[in-house]
Amino acid sequence: MADDKANAAAYWKANVRLITWSLVVWALVSYGFAILLRPMLAGIPIGGTDLGFWFAQQGSIITFIAIIFHYAWRLNKLDKEFGVEE
Amino acid sequence: MSQFAINLLFVGASFALYIGIAIWARAGSTKEFYVAGGGVNPITNGMATAADWMSAASFISMAGLIAAGGYANSTFLMGWTGGYVLLAMLLAPYLRKFGKFTVPDFIGDRFYSRGARLTAVICLIIMSVTYVIGQMTGAGVAFSRFLEVSSSAGIWIAAAIVFLYAVFGGMKGITYTQVAQYVVLIIAYTIPAVFISLQLTGNPIPMFGMFSTHVESGQPLLTTLDEVVRELGFRDYTADVSNKLNMVLFTLSLMIGTAGLPHVIIRFFTVPKVADARWSAGWTLVFIALLYLTAPAVASMARLNLLTTIYPDGPNAPALAYEARPDWVKTWEQTGLIRWEDKNNDGRIQMYNDANADFASTAEARGWAGNELTVNNDILVLANPEIANLPGWVIGLIAAGGIAAALSTAAGLLLAISSAISHDLIKNIINPDISEKGEMMAARISMAGAILLATYLGLNPPGFAAQVVALAFGIAAASLFPALMMGIFSKRVNDKGAIAGMLAGLLSTLLYIFTYLGWFFISGTNMLANTPDNWLFGISPLSFGAVGAVINFAVAYAVSLSTEEPPQEIQDLVESVRTPKGAGAALDH
Repeated sequence: MADDKANAAAYWKANVRLITWSLVVWALVSYGFAILLRPMLAGIPIGGTDLGFWFAQQGSIITFIAIIFHYAWRLNKLDKEFGVEE
Repeated sequence: MSQFAINLLFVGASFALYIGIAIWARAGSTKEFYVAGGGVNPITNGMATAADWMSAASFISMAGLIAAGGYANSTFLMGWTGGYVLLAMLLAPYLRKFGKFTVPDFIGDRFYSRGARLTAVICLIIMSVTYVIGQMTGAGVAFSRFLEVSSSAGIWIAAAIVFLYAVFGGMKGITYTQVAQYVVLIIAYTIPAVFISLQLTGNPIPMFGMFSTHVESGQPLLTTLDEVVRELGFRDYTADVSNKLNMVLFTLSLMIGTAGLPHVIIRFFTVPKVADARWSAGWTLVFIALLYLTAPAVASMARLNLLTTIYPDGPNAPALAYEARPDWVKTWEQTGLIRWEDKNNDGRIQMYNDANADFASTAEARGWAGNELTVNNDILVLANPEIANLPGWVIGLIAAGGIAAALSTAAGLLLAISSAISHDLIKNIINPDISEKGEMMAARISMAGAILLATYLGLNPPGFAAQVVALAFGIAAASLFPALMMGIFSKRVNDKGAIAGMLAGLLSTLLYIFTYLGWFFISGTNMLANTPDNWLFGISPLSFGAVGAVINFAVAYAVSLSTEEPPQEIQDLVESVRTPKGAGAALDH
């Protein structure tokens, strides 16, 4: 029982760490590249405008998809490692 | 075959499909009615969730908003997709593990309080009802334009169709009709976009075409667009915005609001396993992205198309003569959504930014006496096939697609409302002894009641319908999302903290919105004019949901820490939703 509890706590900690890093990327592409850091990316041209514009209208959405699939893949692996899968 | 007959054929065929599915997928138990039996494949659920989420606003209005605002309105693209990242990591898998039927179910059990459950039910009903109004009126507009019936008749037809498959099929019927509706709406959206992209850039994929070379001018499409709008006194299409704080908060409010919408969350209760809920959120976003990556392309290309139609030889040469206007302008003039007024009596159509003081002298030199053409943003997507001279069947497809987008979202919302009433109010608060059969009947009756209410509100829309949609997002962001997230990620937040947090988030958001938009949206009762100068730190009322969420978190923690810890069995419950193991057992309650 004590082992079960320690195991569950370790699993949760690993999950929270994964979520935190995923959210860093999530915020970086949307609030960062697309909005706040756009002036810094203005020098990188892409199709008649700059990289920040691309992130605002397409890049962030594509990154969001990648984040979710990466998270699902990693966490499903963690489920097995910690033996907590269904 | 006339255009009317083609439209009728497409819309009729799609309805026959939905009704066929309704007959095939009748719900036999409350579990089938609320969560489609819990056996929906994650990819199928992703498709259904995409249709559930993409409403008339996404299908009809969004591209028009982006076309009008350019870069500044990218907020809608990021805000309405980024919420799925939050949903996939912070809510959906754990709520699936919890394994009950509704969102208030979790809040009521986790915070061991009827008050919390009731607060959640009230938030849910306000949000969902306001949302449904927009769907019914959207369906009404599509019907009246394409099927030549009055918009009231359109709303009644839409209500009858939803009634058939939602009341009998419940979540099971809704899920499979939503899959069909997704297919119809995505085909309808993409085909015209592909043709327009080919015409303008030679690239068949709109999302790439948008960033490639404009065939006619030989330079990038967005550069050409920037030049054309600048020549007419508008802001550059790709221009940066100055109020970045507001842009960040508005995007954040849309994201948090999306993740907190109950009709979206309950869709993840239908998949067999916790791991499936994670995958399913990813698939949902893939299916949404097919439309959301096409929308900005449609927006920029349609704006350019419209302006080059009006100024065939460039903004400095004489504009298009009114008599020579294309047929699609004539059709849409009949609906009143395009209006022309010859202010300088030259018989030509001038469209420019007459609010720009710096541009006034240029306009005067060109002999212009004010903007003469007003185009409603909403017609952009619907008129697209006509603007690009596409064959009649594409127009029929757009009609079926617009109606599918409105109906699929309406059905999802109605299910969220009826399950909150029959399951949370009747079964869990008023009459816990109700039988399975009785609860089923209660669910069907409340669904029918919700449809009647939605139809009534669609026929008599309150004047504030547009603002109310913003209210729905604000409430979702400020009330439900923080409560759900704290319920999973904190063992320390107790009943008192959660209720105080939800109320603080809800009331502060309502107060801020009402201050600028009027008490209960009654115009004239606002205490401050709704202009950027008056906004607190430049935060628009539409962006306040994110601030409300922060207030909710802060109050909930402060109150919880100064009161007692939640009981041991609640802490065990939190432990249990955090791991996928044993989800099967949790489901059979």
